[in-house]
Amino acid sequence: MSRGMHGRRGVVNVDRKLDKDVLKRLLKFTLKNNKIQLFIVIIAISISSVVSVISSLFMKTLIDDYITPLTLQSNPNYAPLKQALSIMFMIYIFGIFFNFLYQKILIKVSNGTLRKIRDDSFEHMQTLPIKYFDTNPHGEIMSVYTNDIDTLRQLLSQSIPSLFSSIITLTSIFISMVTLSIPLTLVSLFMVGIMNLALQWIMKKSKKYYIAQQSNLGKENGYIEEMMEGVKVVKVFNYEEEAINNFEKLNDNLFHSSFNANKYSTILMPIMGNLGNISYVLSAAIGGYLAIKLNSLTIGTLASFLTLNKSFTMPISQISQQFNSVIMAMAGAERIFKLLDEESEINDGKVVLVNVKDVNGQLVECEQCTNVWAWKHPDHDGKERLVLLKGDVRFHDVTFGYVPEKVVLKNINLYAEPGQKLAFVGATGAGKTTITNLINRFYDIQEGSITYDGIDVKLINKNDLRRSLGIVLQDTNLFSGTIKENIMYAKHDASDDEVLNAAKLANAHGFIMQLEHGYDTIISSDGSPLSQGQKQLLSIARAALANSPVLILDEATSSIDSRTEKIVQEGMDKLMSGRTTFVIAHRLSTIKNSNVIMVLDNGEIIERGDHQSLLKEKGTYYKLYTGLLEND
Amino acid sequence: MIKTIAKEIKEYKIPSIIGPIFMALEVVSELMLPLFMGFIIDRGINAKDITLVYKYGGLMLLFAFLSLSFGYLSAHFGTLAAAGLAKNLRSSMFRNIQNFSFKNIDKFSSSSLITRMMTDVTNTQNAYQMMLRMGVRAPMMLVIATFMTFSINKNLSVVYIYAIIFLGTAIIIMVYFSYKAFKQVFKKYDFLNSVVQENVSNIRVVKAYVKEEEEINKFKKISLSLYNAILKAENITVLNSPIMQLTVYMVIIALSWLGASMIVSNTLTTGELMSMFTYTMNILVSLQMLSMIFIMLIMSLASMERISEILNEDSDITNPVNPIYEVKDGSISFKDVYFKYYEDSIEYVLSDINLDIKSGETIGIIGGTGSSKSSLVQLIPRLYDVDQGSIKVGGIDVKDYDIKTLRDEVSMVLQKNILFSGTIKENLRWGDKNASDEELVKMAKLAQAHEFITSFPDGYDTYIEQGGTNVSGGQKQRLTIARALLKKPKILILDDSTSAVDTRTDAFIRKAFREELPNTTKLIISQRIISIMDADRIVVLDDGRINGIGTHKQLLKTNNIYKEVYETQHKEGGEDNE
Repeated sequence: MSRGMHGRRGVVNVDRKLDKDVLKRLLKFTLKNNKIQLFIVIIAISISSVVSVISSLFMKTLIDDYITPLTLQSNPNYAPLKQALSIMFMIYIFGIFFNFLYQKILIKVSNGTLRKIRDDSFEHMQTLPIKYFDTNPHGEIMSVYTNDIDTLRQLLSQSIPSLFSSIITLTSIFISMVTLSIPLTLVSLFMVGIMNLALQWIMKKSKKYYIAQQSNLGKENGYIEEMMEGVKVVKVFNYEEEAINNFEKLNDNLFHSSFNANKYSTILMPIMGNLGNISYVLSAAIGGYLAIKLNSLTIGTLASFLTLNKSFTMPISQISQQFNSVIMAMAGAERIFKLLDEESEINDGKVVLVNVKDVNGQLVECEQCTNVWAWKHPDHDGKERLVLLKGDVRFHDVTFGYVPEKVVLKNINLYAEPGQKLAFVGATGAGKTTITNLINRFYDIQEGSITYDGIDVKLINKNDLRRSLGIVLQDTNLFSGTIKENIMYAKHDASDDEVLNAAKLANAHGFIMQLEHGYDTIISSDGSPLSQGQKQLLSIARAALANSPVLILDEATSSIDSRTEKIVQEGMDKLMSGRTTFVIAHRLSTIKNSNVIMVLDNGEIIERGDHQSLLKEKGTYYKLYTGLLEND
Repeated sequence: MIKTIAKEIKEYKIPSIIGPIFMALEVVSELMLPLFMGFIIDRGINAKDITLVYKYGGLMLLFAFLSLSFGYLSAHFGTLAAAGLAKNLRSSMFRNIQNFSFKNIDKFSSSSLITRMMTDVTNTQNAYQMMLRMGVRAPMMLVIATFMTFSINKNLSVVYIYAIIFLGTAIIIMVYFSYKAFKQVFKKYDFLNSVVQENVSNIRVVKAYVKEEEEINKFKKISLSLYNAILKAENITVLNSPIMQLTVYMVIIALSWLGASMIVSNTLTTGELMSMFTYTMNILVSLQMLSMIFIMLIMSLASMERISEILNEDSDITNPVNPIYEVKDGSISFKDVYFKYYEDSIEYVLSDINLDIKSGETIGIIGGTGSSKSSLVQLIPRLYDVDQGSIKVGGIDVKDYDIKTLRDEVSMVLQKNILFSGTIKENLRWGDKNASDEELVKMAKLAQAHEFITSFPDGYDTYIEQGGTNVSGGQKQRLTIARALLKKPKILILDDSTSAVDTRTDAFIRKAFREELPNTTKLIISQRIISIMDADRIVVLDDGRINGIGTHKQLLKTNNIYKEVYETQHKEGGEDNE
């Protein structure tokens, strides 16, 4: 882990014009697999919107054309009414059917799209280089899955369909309005303009507070996170009151912005609705003047127009209600696409690992597992060369920095012959862990070369390279599941015996058997109910089962006390025998028997040699060993 | 549970009451508007009376303005009350968590506490806001509109009774099934999130063992089952809108058919029939709103439950009724102490501990992983309570002290130590908020931290990143020791707190303790023999029991465990070269 590279928790950036590209891309993504379905949806929405317009107009027709005539008949004939109602009944059923149809399809489309986005994000995330995970706060990556993808739900299943149906409704009403009276339509349009202005004003306000709310949520979240992590320290220091006071300040800010953000988005409805009412009054007054004083409009037309005017302003308030969800979805989509646009790790190595057997001193590739492996190296002339996997690792003038400006390792040269044990010691930031990050190509070097069995690691397929390296890390990383599943992580087809042997080798067998459910004990991803040391033993067992020729142990025994470490050490020694091993150790007693010990300082190897010779040198190693210098 | 949440409304009771009142007024003025619309058409335009058009238009404007004002006020107070509830909930949760004992804390993971304080509270806030607004609007609309229809025509209104019964039954059935289905959905969500979390934090292992494919497949399986669960749930809720539409349309047709004959027989006017149509929409929309509120409330129940869990969690370590506010000296006495973390564990973590420590004594504690060294010392400042036996500090049972007093006098540097974001000064002042700069320097010197602090460009004002990532492990430990010293305690406990400090500095720290804090009782846990060998007495713990007590020399002779540890650490080279 490269330390000190964690950014601050990001604040959602919603203060920007609706990013049309994001919306376009999102729609494209949705369309990709659902062209036919969406086509049906559009038709179905259109039909159901038209049906609802017809039904709102029908009531007037019903009264004027059917019921009023009935009252004038001396012998009322209900047959035409019956017929009209039957037709309307059919139209209604038709409308309901299409409404149901489009919603049903939309559920599939929107959830299918969300699922696809989820799968794609996860799949893409797995291809990203370690650098991505080192430079982005994990909480932020998680939030793509927990928050951002869900912001799209409302957009896809509600906002877009309702926008679409509102537009259809608006258009059909607008056309009817124009045919009834152009001057009155202009009045309505004028009011629509005012509604638009009001909408923009409120949106601006609510957006401002919305942004403040998001940033305050982030700050408060951060403070809670820190205080929860350190809650035991808080208690030991009687710091509760201070913590509460600090928290209250943040909480007040959050309250203020959250209150205003909600308030402004809530007053949208009454404002829009009542502007609609004003529009109605204006149309009635001007229309009444036109009809009664100027006679340029029939009374019937005016009455119909007023009905339409009422239905005209409704969809506009409906659209305005969707705005917040659109803003949120755009911000969410932007972050999702940012993840999807991150560049994947490139894996173009042609050299692969194959099973081989020895036939008369010649290596021959074979299908079945022989436990003998070789690198298959395609040569320039198209022929393939087999190189036995031995575990010979060399660094030639390697220079590296996590960022180009800051070199972490300078001109490193080292040779690890098969079966040798190499150790790295040095102070914090000397570059010990960095070296191990380079062998498995978690990071690529800027200058020099690293070879594995004589082959430049850049030529080797990354998956095969990593398969040939066993690793035990500083932070134990276990997965939720049984203990057995965790040990079998690297080798899913391992037999029970193999698992048992690996656990015994790591001296984990003893404590596992003491657990109530033994190897089937379920552990959570933070490792509970195991102790730090027990978790470490499990990750050693996991590496033991992987059985790779090269091992990297990064502070593998840091959490184990020296007495337990002695027990673990035996297992580790067994594990290391015959394997090339790179060890970074906090406690120097564990590396005394290394073939070569390298002392790193500021990215350079300043001393190298075995334990005895380094002690004789009386240099940095001597100081570290005798505790005169801090080895972190 | 609802009671627990409702208690947190506190000072927002008034907005919680007047918000709904304004909402009711808004609904009333809003429902007046269709009346005027009808008058404009019937009495004004149809009667060709332009002055009446202006008159009713003016009245309509007035009521539109009233409805707008009430709407604004109800929005103001409704959102204020909801945001206020959220504020109070967060504040009370945070306060209660601060009161938790270690045992309480162990029960909840920190990530779950964060979700409860953030997401669950936001859900509750939204639900409450909805309740105060829609929860008033919908029933009001329903009642007024139904009342109006009955006042227009009783016989015709019977249609609504059937419609309401039909729709009500359908909605209840739907809510029941969708609630069940959504519960499944939330479970799958949690599972999916935990898999993502695991992969993000374990990415090095995934990549090192080339398990990307498998992890992707695992994820896709879960994501598929989530998808299926959501489809199942949404396929139930999707029925809402067709059932609703069906009811509306059937009511319109029934009204038209029955109304027509009434109009013919002169028991109903066409205008009244038109009004009935308008109220039909109002009634059914309000029913649908009610169903939505219901669903939202039910969904937020889970969140409220999780919040109440925190609010109702009582700290199992509380102050005694008549606490003692003074700790006489730094003597400690364990008498027949037994302790375990969980009630249902069979084995004790500490058994049969008897130990008397004199004030001012230095005690070293050593033992293997799982030998319960940390558990032993955590009992002294009452971070946990003993299950059997007793612990006395200054001759008085720790349970009789005021907790704050006890913890001020028993200063502890935890094994998993944490610095907080802020300057070094701010971090040190955790120990004593009123400490002068001179005191800070004095304690930093004792903890051998002054030198490196002053080597930073900003000295004591150097900003420490969250988690203390910008100082080395050893520096972090020295800062936390200085922080603990600032409390000027009678008892100082170091739980493996110098493991990353080089041995020379470690020795200086111990020397400073000896010379500068002769009257403070010091308990030092370490895995390094060298850190404890000059203690007055050393306690060897094994498997939760005291295996031996004595000086370094005594233990070397009599205690096998001690001897073994000493030999592994000092056999080769080490000592000779020192």
